[in-house]
Amino acid sequence: MMHRKVVLRVVSKFLIPPILLFALYVQFHGDFGPGGGFQAGVIFGSGFILYAILFGVETVKRVLPPWSTRLLLVVGVLTYGLTGVAGLILGGNYLDYNVLAHDPLHGQHYGILIVELGVGITVAASMITIFNVFAGQSGGD
Amino acid sequence: MLMMGAVGLAIARIRDLFAVSMLSGIFSLIGAAAYVVLDAVDVAFTEAAVGAGISTVLMLGTLALTTRKEKLGGGKSKSTTAFLVVAVTGAVLVYGTFDMPRYGDKIAAIHHHVVPRYIEKSGEEVGMPNIVTSVLASYRSFDTLGEVFVIFTAATGVLAILGRARRRREDEEADEGGSDTKGAAS
Repeated sequence: MMHRKVVLRVVSKFLIPPILLFALYVQFHGDFGPGGGFQAGVIFGSGFILYAILFGVETVKRVLPPWSTRLLLVVGVLTYGLTGVAGLILGGNYLDYNVLAHDPLHGQHYGILIVELGVGITVAASMITIFNVFAGQSGGD
Repeated sequence: MLMMGAVGLAIARIRDLFAVSMLSGIFSLIGAAAYVVLDAVDVAFTEAAVGAGISTVLMLGTLALTTRKEKLGGGKSKSTTAFLVVAVTGAVLVYGTFDMPRYGDKIAAIHHHVVPRYIEKSGEEVGMPNIVTSVLASYRSFDTLGEVFVIFTAATGVLAILGRARRRREDEEADEGGSDTKGAAS
């Protein structure tokens, strides 16, 4: 059914790589510009969802099988939680980033970077998972 | 704001659910533009991507599974009661906004509690040029952890409800038609 929409397919093929790249930019540039893990995850997930709409969920599942998105979901949450535990082990409070490096400022920097990465992974994985489950119901396209 | 009101009215009037989900996407897009006007660029990001993009797609996916037309139910009295409830609640909410400080009011309470400390000290304490990021990820990291768990729970909930239903259907098909249909269905 989607095979005939040439314009959509070509334009989205051009657009999806910049969308994913922009998501990574928003993720890692969140310290300086607007954005952060939530926004990056949503943009990253919507890139995959756009691909899934045009080329079918099965094509996306070949790149990202269902078990991998579920694994990423858990990995994201654990990344966040374990960063806090690492602070505990190194002698600070839970989610205290100052002790992650010798210089408290560097510790804050690493902490925020890792935590935002965890947020981004969780959000992107959950968006893709929810869409896949919705679209994978029989009766949908 | 007027445009958001107009779109909201249109959503309430139209019975075609396809048009309604498209209009709710437009509603979110106008909301995102409003956030940009209020200088909340990252909230606008999220609103445009989630509200206008992903939730519209999910609505359309649900429509593909169910039906396009809204079922007309209930009599005139039911809709009058509903209208009264909505009108009263809306009036109370609007009345509540009269007490809120004006936009950009510098003596508002929200600008005097912890905000001066964030603005003055976060450069030394966290070292991020973007104060929003340092507030979200460092000062209020417990909040953000909670939000991540909310999203995680949402995804697991959807998986628990819809994922299992699909698996059961596949199992039934496998029971009925042997292994060939299972291969086609999965």
